[in-house]
Amino acid sequence: MEHEAHNPALLHHFADAQQQKNAASLGMWLFLVTEIMFFGGMFCAYLVYRLAHFNAFAAGSQQLNIWMGAINTAVLIVSSVTVVLAVKAAEAGKRKVLVGYLVVTVLLGMTFLVIKGFEYAEKFEKHHVPGPTFNFTDKFDDNGKQIPVNPKEAELFFSLYFAMTGMHALHMIIGCGLFSVLAILAWKGHYTPGYFTPIENAGLYWHLVDIIWIYLFPLLYLISRHS
Amino acid sequence: MASTVIPANQAPAPTPKLNYLNNGHTLKSWLLTTDHKRIAILYLISVTVFFFLGGFFAMLIRLELLTPQGDLMQADTYNKVFTMHGLIMVFFFLIPVVPAVLGNFLIPIMLGAKDLAFPRINLLSWYLYVVGGLLISHVMLTGGVDTGWTFYSPFSTEYTNTKIVEAGLAAFIAGFSSIFTGLNFIVTIHRMRAPGLTWSRLPLFVWANYATSIIMILGTPVIAITIVLVAVERLFHLGIFDPRLGGDPLLFQHLFWFYSHPAVYIMILPSMGVVNELITCFSRKRIFGYKFIALSSIAIAVLGFLVWAHHMFVAGISLYAAMIFSFLTFFIGVPSAVKVFNWTATLYKGSISYATPMLYAFGFIGLFTMGGLTGLFLATLGIDVHVTDTYFVVAHFHYVMVGGVLMGYLGGLHFWWPKMTGRMYPEAWAKLSALLIFVGFNLTFFPQFILGYVGMPRRYWQYPPEFQALNVLSTAGASILAAGYLLPMIYFVWSLRYGKIADANPWAAAGLEWKTTSPPPTFNFDETPVVTWEAYNYDEIPPWERRAPVAR
Amino acid sequence: MSEHEEHTSHSQGFYIAIGITLLVLTITTAAVAFVNLGPFNPVVALLIATIKATLVVLFFMHVKGASEKLTGAVVVSGFFFLAILISLSLADYLTRSWR
Repeated sequence: MEHEAHNPALLHHFADAQQQKNAASLGMWLFLVTEIMFFGGMFCAYLVYRLAHFNAFAAGSQQLNIWMGAINTAVLIVSSVTVVLAVKAAEAGKRKVLVGYLVVTVLLGMTFLVIKGFEYAEKFEKHHVPGPTFNFTDKFDDNGKQIPVNPKEAELFFSLYFAMTGMHALHMIIGCGLFSVLAILAWKGHYTPGYFTPIENAGLYWHLVDIIWIYLFPLLYLISRHS
Repeated sequence: MASTVIPANQAPAPTPKLNYLNNGHTLKSWLLTTDHKRIAILYLISVTVFFFLGGFFAMLIRLELLTPQGDLMQADTYNKVFTMHGLIMVFFFLIPVVPAVLGNFLIPIMLGAKDLAFPRINLLSWYLYVVGGLLISHVMLTGGVDTGWTFYSPFSTEYTNTKIVEAGLAAFIAGFSSIFTGLNFIVTIHRMRAPGLTWSRLPLFVWANYATSIIMILGTPVIAITIVLVAVERLFHLGIFDPRLGGDPLLFQHLFWFYSHPAVYIMILPSMGVVNELITCFSRKRIFGYKFIALSSIAIAVLGFLVWAHHMFVAGISLYAAMIFSFLTFFIGVPSAVKVFNWTATLYKGSISYATPMLYAFGFIGLFTMGGLTGLFLATLGIDVHVTDTYFVVAHFHYVMVGGVLMGYLGGLHFWWPKMTGRMYPEAWAKLSALLIFVGFNLTFFPQFILGYVGMPRRYWQYPPEFQALNVLSTAGASILAAGYLLPMIYFVWSLRYGKIADANPWAAAGLEWKTTSPPPTFNFDETPVVTWEAYNYDEIPPWERRAPVAR
Repeated sequence: MSEHEEHTSHSQGFYIAIGITLLVLTITTAAVAFVNLGPFNPVVALLIATIKATLVVLFFMHVKGASEKLTGAVVVSGFFFLAILISLSLADYLTRSWR
């Protein structure tokens, strides 16, 4: 997680470059664990409430746009591939390829956010934003059987939906910012085969944000679509 | 980098002209330092400020409780006073104190390293602490918070008019300070040990901080998200804990206590680590059962995550969950007891001396044991129903937090003061303070066990007149305790100018920190040490000299 | 004590293959959601999600092939303690209605 202005990148308190790299990597992994626990609290809330209010949650889930969700999942997966390829390029010293992959990653991240924006806009139109404008009259479609649900419980579903996807989107924004900065630094030649730790560690962050979405997508969008 | 084998019984080096304290005199050299020792001193100053601030609120509580009626302040004000006392003491004193002051200072030196793995993140940790502290001070000055430090929903999410979001933000930021400290410690301990320093040769203080850091990493994010959800509910009316929306206020409590219970192990483990260092030095013996103590720290860290709902026995959780958590809570006593037994066994046939740090270590063992045993009372469902939310609980946690954490901290502060400052504190005054603290502490909090058992509820601003006598005793004890705490403030500052100059190893103690000068140079060692000896090798260290190190 | 972390970088084609696998799994999980498997729908969905996450962790995040087991231990502990949070909370919620 340290970054310096020149090669050699060795910081004075480390014995050698390998120790520094290993330290940075372990530090990043520990930070990722904190992110897992951070989102985990919301996953816990979601699971508890889904059990308690299954019908309402399923009805809310059925109102989400599964196409946008699926496309976003694909976008993130592709962006994870570009991240891995960026690291490979850094390792091989291919500066322009590295910058290219970093830029593509940022563009894919922005694509994700734009699609999310459309999804949120749709929520506004359908009056599914919790608060005074919330209005939920849809029913839970259980194999053709229409079961009415408590709109209050549906509002809880959407509260969690916005909280979880909103927090995820915030992390995406941070990730896009991070990768933009890295792209600029990479263009300037900061990263060599001997030192590309920030690219690797930022990549770990991006992959974790991807993994969080990998779980968010089925849990939010795919509760009960059979009919 | 040349490395040298430092023989186990080599004479300590003389005090150098240039050390970390005088290496740069400008404010900038302190406020932009990346030297872990300077950061530890910065923490020492800020943590002490918050300790006295929290203590000020404690004084207000005890003054109000001198009489059964509410006469010093309004009921609402009293709510704010005990909330601020709790918030400040928990988040801005107890959680950071030993890791950020003693841990920051000592861990790199104990490992033979030049600094922590991420010195700039270490500085960031301090700034985050300061920002959190400024926020909570602002909250305090603009009306305070009245929910109790546990800010339960729905009072915190909906009904109170006080600055929950700002106070929550303060705790959130302080939480990140904690996370970064823990992250730094884990990476440093894994990656930066000196050659020859295997895990089984580490001082147990390092093991203790390692276990603490695991808790910091795993637990703190959960309270972070809980605070976010509370803020989101207050600001945007997303009702996650709102029963009208099918939410459950108890979910808040589950998420809150998932961190806040392990948090108490963040508080106690480092102090237990200190006690290992003190007991061995002042009985001139190797620790009994090194591996057991090391592993018991890890066990406490892991088991600490399995017991949180024992704070919720009467809140409305299911009976079966209560039984499970009660059962799991009993297990936590085991590793703690292992430590107490091992310390006792270390003392056996040791050559015991009674310098101030050792007095604090004895105080810790006795008072922590009492606090811990009363924890078992509380783990017992039937008893808990009777004493929960009474002064019994208050007494229990003050025994472990003040009798435990604070005693360990003070013992460590005295023990390592010569290392940190190059000066000895005045031993006679220090012994007097230790005595005042011990007497004052017991007088303050033992009556509270009785008060709780006979039914006085906690967080109450007035009480039935028959409870007054015990309350008066408690307040009297608190004033003695306050004197006990003020004295070290005075004599520590005095010692900086007038204290006897300490050499590198005034206690003839084992450990790498005593092989470098007092105070250490900025990069800790002139040459990287190579460790070939086991921890606490007191059988190899020259015998204790009776006249050293007590200052006259 | 410096450990040499083996950076076993796979070929570009390998990573793209993993990526395609992940996309296929995504399509699968979306499609299966439309099939009525009763109580097994969430199980299958979470299972597929876990397989995807495992692939990302092992190959994209280079946990497989890291010379130290520490990295794997850190990852596992993160998910393990999350599992504790969820399972012990559910121990309360699932038994609320028992008497």
